[in-house]
Amino acid sequence: MKQRHLQLDHDKRLRHFLTIEGLKRDLLVEILDTAESFTGVSHQQVKKVPLLRGKTVVNLFFEASTRTRTTFELAAKRLSADVLNINVPASATNKGETLLDTLRNLEAMHCDMFIVRHQNSGAAHFIAEHCAPHISVLNAGDGRHAHPTQAMIDMFTIRRHKQEFHNLSVAIVGDIMHSRVARSQIHALSTLGVPDIRVIGPRTLIPANADTLGVHVYHDLSQGLQGVDVIIMLRLQRERMSSALLPSEHEYFRLYGLTKEKLALAKNNVIVMHPGPINRGVEMDSSVADGEHSVILQQVSHGISIRMAVMSMTMGPRGVRHPKHTQQSELKT
Amino acid sequence: MVLETPDILLASMASQLEQQLSKGRIENPAMVGIHTGGVWVATALHQRLALEDPLGTLDISFYRDDFSRIGMSPEVKPSQLPFNIDDRHIILVDDVLYTGRTVRAALNELFDYGRPASITLAVLIVRSGREIPICADVAGTELDLDSGQQIKLKGPQPLSLELVELTDG
Repeated sequence: MKQRHLQLDHDKRLRHFLTIEGLKRDLLVEILDTAESFTGVSHQQVKKVPLLRGKTVVNLFFEASTRTRTTFELAAKRLSADVLNINVPASATNKGETLLDTLRNLEAMHCDMFIVRHQNSGAAHFIAEHCAPHISVLNAGDGRHAHPTQAMIDMFTIRRHKQEFHNLSVAIVGDIMHSRVARSQIHALSTLGVPDIRVIGPRTLIPANADTLGVHVYHDLSQGLQGVDVIIMLRLQRERMSSALLPSEHEYFRLYGLTKEKLALAKNNVIVMHPGPINRGVEMDSSVADGEHSVILQQVSHGISIRMAVMSMTMGPRGVRHPKHTQQSELKT
Repeated sequence: MVLETPDILLASMASQLEQQLSKGRIENPAMVGIHTGGVWVATALHQRLALEDPLGTLDISFYRDDFSRIGMSPEVKPSQLPFNIDDRHIILVDDVLYTGRTVRAALNELFDYGRPASITLAVLIVRSGREIPICADVAGTELDLDSGQQIKLKGPQPLSLELVELTDG
């Protein structure tokens, strides 16, 4: 419950974006609708809108990332914000102290938004709890916990192709155990009303309590893909695997790799997604990754619109409210 | 105060626009309406003037000057300009010209799409209360209202005007 309060202001508007969990359906739909409007900006000659002019956005990355960091940076720049990229190498000791010190320093530079990626679950949440009240925090991935903007990108991509959520079967395939993306996706899909969410993978890569999230668990790919509308392939996160959970990548591909033959088990108009980066020949065959059902590159483009939407929604009014003015301004001037 | 019906005002706007266009020797202008009421007015005018290009629409939410006070509008719609605005004569249409801030935002947004040859501002109603120096080229009618009064266009079918007295609160 505390997390919910932290993400929303007293008018129930988004103030931080840390996790999908606990957010209402209406708010998720508002994010998707706002992102839809931002897609128009890339058709402008000047691909910028002045919403966040004069604001400073900090990409605070404690863990390496290219795609997520660049799309956040591009999104901030298209909103006319100034962007600071800070890559903080992880230090094993004094993490709390280092984090708070970094925070205080950035606050002293009058920054307005922190986009945080961290190898520890709860890092963005911790920063949101401790930063100055005018600052918004967006979670760009924390440990195994959540990656809410990636999940919203995927929801946006699904909605563009399937229009509705209430009649879909969605399969998430692969390393569910280590995937913060999967966790956020499952929360988003169920909040948006998807009736059939399936997770497919080897026993070693699916958390034992997965069915408590309201998903159907499959260990056989062919069985799990029967009649699905959407297939989300996850990356094998070798860097997060501490023990031998897999016999070999070759063996994994044989059992859980997406090939044309396996794809044929799904609906005719199935879409194939992957949050990237793809390990070709491990999670899926190149012919599927580049095939007609693949919407993987669209996901990347949508990343900019979704991140623009979340940034602009969290950067609303701060501090003193002007109730009278608000009332007037909502009317057409 | 007697309000004319939107139909009468639209007829007057259309004939004023035709005069202006022929005076300026403007052929083949393109029309852009501002969401939401301005799009309704523009749809009607677009039909009366039988313009060639499809109607463009602007949502000025991303260009508002009060974003840091009121935040993002939850009902923002995509802007759509289905033509290249470079070197085109643009007729910009809104329902009510009040403070002028909406038109200021719309002008800024238009220029992010290109460099038009000219922009003509046409509004259904010009009311008192300007806060920035913007005036309409074509107006259906002019109303002298105090700040406690609000004129609203309801639509899209049929269009009607409503005068609202705002209570202090």
